[in-house]
Amino acid sequence: MKTNWVPRDIEGWGRYPVVEALVARPERLSEIHAALDDREDDAVLAHGLGRSYGDVATLKGGRVILTSRLNRMLAFDETTGWLRCEAGVSIKEIIDTFVPRGFFPPVVPGTQFVTVGGALANNIHGKNHHVDGCWGDHVRRVELLLASGEVVICDKNNKPELFWATAGGIGLTGLILSMEVQLINIENRYIEMESIRVNNLDEFFEVSAESTSFTHTVSWIDCVKTGKNMGRGIFMRGRHATADVKAPVGTLDRMSSLVQGLADGRPLHSNHLLNRATITLFNEAYFRKTPAGLSSAITDYIPFFFPLDAVDHWNYVYGSRGFLQYQMVVPSREAVREILKIISESGMASFLAVIKEFGDLDHGGLSFPTKGITLALDFPNFGIPLLEMLERLDAITVSVGGRVYLGKDARLSRASFRQMYGEWEKWKEVRDKWDPEHVFQSDLGRRLGLSGE
Amino acid sequence: MSVLILGATSPIARALGEAYAHQGQAVFIAARDAEEAKRIASDLEVRHQVRVGSGVFDAVKFDEHDLFLDHVESVVGPIDTLVVAFGDMGLPPDEADFASTHRVIDVNYTGAVSVCEASADRMIARGSGVVIGISSVAGDRGRASNYIYGSAKGAFTLYLQGLRNRCFKVGVHVMTVKLGFVDTRLTFGMDTAIPIASPEAAAAAILSAAQRGENELYYPRFWRGIMGVIKAIPENVFKRLSL
Repeated sequence: MKTNWVPRDIEGWGRYPVVEALVARPERLSEIHAALDDREDDAVLAHGLGRSYGDVATLKGGRVILTSRLNRMLAFDETTGWLRCEAGVSIKEIIDTFVPRGFFPPVVPGTQFVTVGGALANNIHGKNHHVDGCWGDHVRRVELLLASGEVVICDKNNKPELFWATAGGIGLTGLILSMEVQLINIENRYIEMESIRVNNLDEFFEVSAESTSFTHTVSWIDCVKTGKNMGRGIFMRGRHATADVKAPVGTLDRMSSLVQGLADGRPLHSNHLLNRATITLFNEAYFRKTPAGLSSAITDYIPFFFPLDAVDHWNYVYGSRGFLQYQMVVPSREAVREILKIISESGMASFLAVIKEFGDLDHGGLSFPTKGITLALDFPNFGIPLLEMLERLDAITVSVGGRVYLGKDARLSRASFRQMYGEWEKWKEVRDKWDPEHVFQSDLGRRLGLSGE
Repeated sequence: MSVLILGATSPIARALGEAYAHQGQAVFIAARDAEEAKRIASDLEVRHQVRVGSGVFDAVKFDEHDLFLDHVESVVGPIDTLVVAFGDMGLPPDEADFASTHRVIDVNYTGAVSVCEASADRMIARGSGVVIGISSVAGDRGRASNYIYGSAKGAFTLYLQGLRNRCFKVGVHVMTVKLGFVDTRLTFGMDTAIPIASPEAAAAAILSAAQRGENELYYPRFWRGIMGVIKAIPENVFKRLSL
């Protein structure tokens, strides 16, 4: 049957940019092959649940293949935790299926609504990067539909360079059909966590240094405050609870596992809701809600890992112009300080900012995590002044040997990209070998000179 | 308890398999595409840890239907619930030749009747069972755009009525399902004023209607009203319309 291509707007989670493409949604394996055959010489890109922020999963005027219906779990080994599943399976599906059986995904991002295909293509990280690395570090085999129409299986021994380039390969090496990922054992669904109020950046680094025994760390940071309180925030650290930890008993605690999709951000759709005043208020309130010092709690995994899933479509609160997320990693504390200073003084301060220290694990290629401090910030799309400031941040990042996360990006320049990702040519050589005609493209890939132009 | 789903690679049939497996029932997934059937069966097995089977079912190989049922029962045990979810829409009338027309009738009517009879005989002998026949609103009134498919589905609807009547006395239930717009490849990208239901919602509605012993289910339910209006239009007016 001929592929049903439908003209549709495609956007990332930041809702900037929005582009038109022809979209298909295969429901059978044979239909994804047919879609690739029926592309009529246009470029092709897979698109999962649309949680990457900028243009890494958009393709203007091209053919976008939605993977949401190719979400079959194919095999699971209860003794080792190896799961083989199609690319469209979501982290939420894995969690819902396996938490009751004592397993958890090895790495989770800040939302459950990502596919495993997207997790590998962006080689995502989570709060446990300093211990467990990225998603790709837990994948041993990938089944890939190549530009030629051929299906190959690659792993560490078989086409190892293609396997390497596909982890963090932002979908440009081929269409990921399935993968084998190893789930970890958990003893129950709870997290033993501690929250520590830190009053400035120095305190953050102190607490971070003494938290290495925790498998999961992350810190919320207030980017409005300047001066001696710059970098104040709430440091959160935790680990999966052991079997002897009793479930929380309060009503609120029991309800916390239900904190998903409680509200919908779409009715709040406005270009005026988030401004300096409301962002300052939010930051103040968030800081105050945690008592000074250290507090411990047993919490369900949902509010710990996925606090933002409580509000569906929260991205709509930024209004029709959308928003940009800026996430970079830098090896030096001074650079973090400099970047925070520019942001807090700019008045474009971010509503939600997160800071974390990565561990040593660095996959190379186009993968983002590398040793250093990462900062992730959301900005309403203020246009030129914002873009100019982000370029200044790029310059600082480049000058200390850091990099910007492509899965969040919508505006990085080609020149800065090349300075940030030292292995881009090595990666591109592998990509071009397996897709010489540049069948697989994305708007980000074109902008950064990776495929297409 | 076990369920046989025929034509299981459609999203609605897959969602039904999911709903039955969630209840802990053994599920046999059958379709023309063996690889696809196997993937869906594996998915149910991994997610729900139930007994599953999968295999090729060809609606027009009438002679093999009885043997096929033997095979299914050898894998998942006696079939308590049969779901007939396969169908063939054929080609638009101006592109279709008689071979394709014949096939549409054979798949949607003759094939469906063949496998329902064979399965119902077994259920009647055991004195229990449920047959769920997925027919179509297209069978409620003949229309220029799809009247071959519509007439075959209309005949299937009539067949299910008779089978229900025959089976009632012995405790075997027969339910006819007529689906409106459901979010599948057929409606993907369709710009419609009428809301499109998710396959999961359709499956949940089918399952609960079958458990309540409903005879005929329109889903989404407002389609009973829509088709009521369409059926009520006088033929003299209807023949001039292009619906």
